[in-house]
Parts: sequence; structure tokens; C-alpha cells
Amino acid sequence: MSEARLLYLKQIKRRQRWIRFFQFSALILTVALWEILARVGFIDSFLMSQPTRVWRTISNFQQNQLFTHIGVTLLETVIGFTAGVALGILTAFILWWSDFLSRVAEPYLVVFNALPKIALGPIIIIWVGAGMQAVIVMALAISLIVTIMEMLAGFKNADPELIKMVKTFGAGRLQTFVKIVFPSSLPTLFNCLKINIGLTLVGVIAGEFLVSRAGLGYLIVFGGQVFQMDLVMTSVIILGIVAALLYRLVALLEWVVLRMLTVN
Amino acid sequence: MSKILSFENVSLTYQAENGEVNALNNINFSVNEGELVSVIGPSGCGKTTLLSLIAGLEQPTGGRVLKRGTTGYMLQRDNLLNWRTIRANVLIGLEIRKMKAPENERYVDSLLAMYGLGDFADKIPAQLSGGMRQRAALIRTLAVKPDMLLLDEAFSALDYQTRLVVADDVHRILKREKKTAIIVTHDIAEGISMADRVVVLTKRPGTVLEVIVPAFANPDATPLARREDPAFRAYFNRIWKGLDVNV
Ligand SMILES: Nc1ncnc2c1ncn2[C@@H]1O[C@H](COP(=O)(O)OP(=O)(O)OP(=O)(O)O)[C@@H](O)[C@H]1O
Ligand SMILES: [Mg+2]
Repeated sequence: MSEARLLYLKQIKRRQRWIRFFQFSALILTVALWEILARVGFIDSFLMSQPTRVWRTISNFQQNQLFTHIGVTLLETVIGFTAGVALGILTAFILWWSDFLSRVAEPYLVVFNALPKIALGPIIIIWVGAGMQAVIVMALAISLIVTIMEMLAGFKNADPELIKMVKTFGAGRLQTFVKIVFPSSLPTLFNCLKINIGLTLVGVIAGEFLVSRAGLGYLIVFGGQVFQMDLVMTSVIILGIVAALLYRLVALLEWVVLRMLTVN
Repeated sequence: MSKILSFENVSLTYQAENGEVNALNNINFSVNEGELVSVIGPSGCGKTTLLSLIAGLEQPTGGRVLKRGTTGYMLQRDNLLNWRTIRANVLIGLEIRKMKAPENERYVDSLLAMYGLGDFADKIPAQLSGGMRQRAALIRTLAVKPDMLLLDEAFSALDYQTRLVVADDVHRILKREKKTAIIVTHDIAEGISMADRVVVLTKRPGTVLEVIVPAFANPDATPLARREDPAFRAYFNRIWKGLDVNV
């Protein structure tokens, strides 16, 4: 490697380190400032909470059953996410298969997509009962239509030349789907998964707000009602961490699947 | 020599929302086993349609297409799947036809090795040159052992030099494998240099203008060598005038 190249690489690395440093500093600074301002009484920690109080809430997990609530939210999210993705892909597949059906369904998809799904809350609760199932259905309602529309667009976008190529070997519709259409839609699928994990969380939290039995959404509502801002802040922070981790998980899945696919 | 394909008064009119298109009109010609036939014609005259008819992807609206055996179709673009290795790419036809038996896989491996792709079998398409990719596409077509090969502008995506070399390669491969092939091109020189017989089509609706059997001093000359033959120019001019290209 030439000297210039080494220098160039070193510069890139240094820049990367500085970015990381400032990202980390921003976090530390915010937390520190929050704590200090609360201690000197500049902000009211009763309304704004404060880092040490958040930490105390977390350490108190046995008493406030924090982990049970995290577990409930996670479970609902995983079920809602998996069901949304599976049903979404299946429906998109059926609509891809039958152009006629897809034309028939189109206006309904558009309307349902535009509808704010939160409005369905009371209907969902009455139909499936005010429990975890209502939360899951709410999450499903929010992510399903987007998945169907995205995946259908992805399927329809497959390169017609590649499709013609497999047809010259006599491929039928199912084989065309398996060999060409689905693999070429994988980037769309993973984009969709990444969006869906966020949407599903929106649905789960909205559902928990409405049903109010357990979960981080419930803790937030409950904390608000009894004016326990420590609990609210703690739940929001944990929710942020959960969302980020789930997103990373999907990104990891993408990496693994794309690798596995290109290896053989 | 036995006939493997014949067109009898074949016509095809496409129906589309914005009207009908008469692509081919009253086509008559036949192809013998082991023959390399090129089809030359102006753009849009129905050459691709002709191949689609042979492959059974379209049905004639008039007349009949009679053929024996199976066809392998090579398109203009190599259409290699970038998520598969070269070996997995060339095996896709066997997969689709549920013929992925060990002896067929061995045949594919031997083709890869014979035509200079043995060391690239586990590479992905992006790691190959344009010429190599086109060769891989040809091997993918040969893998299912078709009785007849259909090449649709199979070299036109390549740059000029590569194109000459690949045409030479493909000619050698087709002759060695004793394949019947129909080579569609709008490149007159390519059509004459590669074929035992040249079918010239008129502009749309395509119909057969003439069929030429080019004769060269050395009957075994490669396409590149044929281009040097004095007779080549004469054939070129004759077809050129016949096509009556107005620019
Ligand atoms: N599926 C189709 N529906 C309607 N019209 C079509 C269809 N396929 C081809 N055509 C029309 O039929 C005519 C012949 O098309 P074809 O692709 O066979 O010509 P070609 O000689 O292969 O042209 P090119 O030199 O551009 O490859 C063209 O006018 C084309 O627009
Ligand atoms: Mg064409």
C-alpha cells in the first residue's frame, strides 16, 4: 500500500473515531445536564424525573415488575410482527398470482391504508376482547396493509427479462415466484421488515394504551395517571432501547439471509 | 438431413389495448438438423416474435409451426441471477425441469471446464467479464440439452471486440456440440459470418425476403476468418441492398 493510501485510510478512521466520540459525549452530556439541573432545582424532578431516579426505578424491578412488562410488550411485538409479515407476504403472493384479484382489491387497500388504524381500537376490543389479543390485532392492523402493498409492489417489480429467462425453461407461475420473483424482492422484504418493526411497536403501545393491563404502554399510561414521572420516563427509555435492539435484530437477520443466499 | 423445424404460412398478429400489431406475415422456411440458421431483419420486424413462436411462448394466429424436440432460448441479456454463483446459475434450467441428476450436473461441470469457466464456477456473476457471462448464459441453455438453440441478439449487449470473439466462441461450441441453432441478429455481418443459411426478413409485418446459403472458399472457416473471405462483401452488399434501409 502506498503512503498516500495509508494516510487516507488513517484519516477515515480518525474521522470515524471523532464521530463516535461526539455521539457518546452527546449522550453523557445530556444525562449529566439532566441530573445536575434536577439537583440544583432548576428543573422540577417531579415533572421531569432525573437519571438517578430512573436508575432507582430500574433497580426496583422486583417491586414494579418491570421485566414482566417488558416481556409482555416484547411478546406482543414478536407475535404481531411475525403474523403481520407472514400474512402480508401471503396476501401479496395471492394478489401477485391473480392480477384480477389485485385489481379488485386495490381501492380497498388504498382506503384501508389511509385510515388511521387507532380509530379501530374500540371495534377491536369489542370483537376480540380487552386483552393481549386486542393489542396484537391492533399491531397487525397497523403493519399488515403496508406490508401487503410494499411486497406486492416488490413482486410486480421483478425484472421481466429474468422472468422470461425462466419461462424459456418452462417454469410455471410458482417456479417463477420461487426462483425469480421472491429472491429479487428480498431487499424490499427487508426494508419492509425494518419499517414493520417500528410500526408494530406503534400498534402494540397504542393497543396497550387502550387495553391497559400490562406492558410498557400500560406502564406509561399508569405512570401518567398516578403522576409517577419516574416510571413514565423509565418506560419510554426502555422502549427506545427495545426498539433499537429489535431493529438491529432485523438488520442482523438480513445480513445472515443475504449471505446464506449468495453462498450456494 | 432431416427437418427439425418448419414454418408453414405462419402469421402472428398481437392484440393490445391500443390496437393490433401484425408482427409476422405468411412466413415459410425450414431448418435441418445440425444447421446454423441466422435470421436478419430490420428492427421491429418480428424476429423476437419468430423465436417466441418456436419456443412455444406465443401461438401463431395463422399457419403452423412444426418442430421436433426441445428448444433452449438465449436472450439478449445474459440474465444471470446475481444472488447465485455461476454454477448455480447454469443449473437453473435443470432445477426448473426437475432434471438435477448427478450425471446432468457432471455434464454441466464438464461444459464449464471445457469453455473456460471451471475456475469461476463458485464466483458470482459480477466477478466475470461480459464475454464470460455470455458464455455462462450459453452453458445454462446447453445444460438442458436442447435439440435446438434460439439466440436472440445474444451478443448485442457486448462491446465490439468482445462481440467478435464471443461470436467465434459460440460458433465453435455450437459446431462441436452439433447443435441446431437459430441466430437472430440485426447485424448483417454477424448473420453471414455465423450461419450455414441466412433468412432475410422484410420490415414489419415481417415476411421472408430471401434465403441465402453463403458459400466460402474454406467451408470450415470460423466466423472471424469468414469476414476476410472475398465472397463476404458480396453477400453483405446483397443483403444490405435488399433490406433497403432508409435513414
Ligand atoms: N406482446 C406484444 N404485444 C403487442 N405488440 C407486440 C408484442 N411483442 C411485440 N410486439 C410488436 O410486434 C412487433 C415485432 O416485435 P419483435 O419484438 O418481434 O421485433 P424484433 O424484430 O425482435 O425487434 P427488435 O429488432 O427491436 O428486437 C413490434 O412492432 C412490437 O412492438
Ligand atoms: Mg427482438
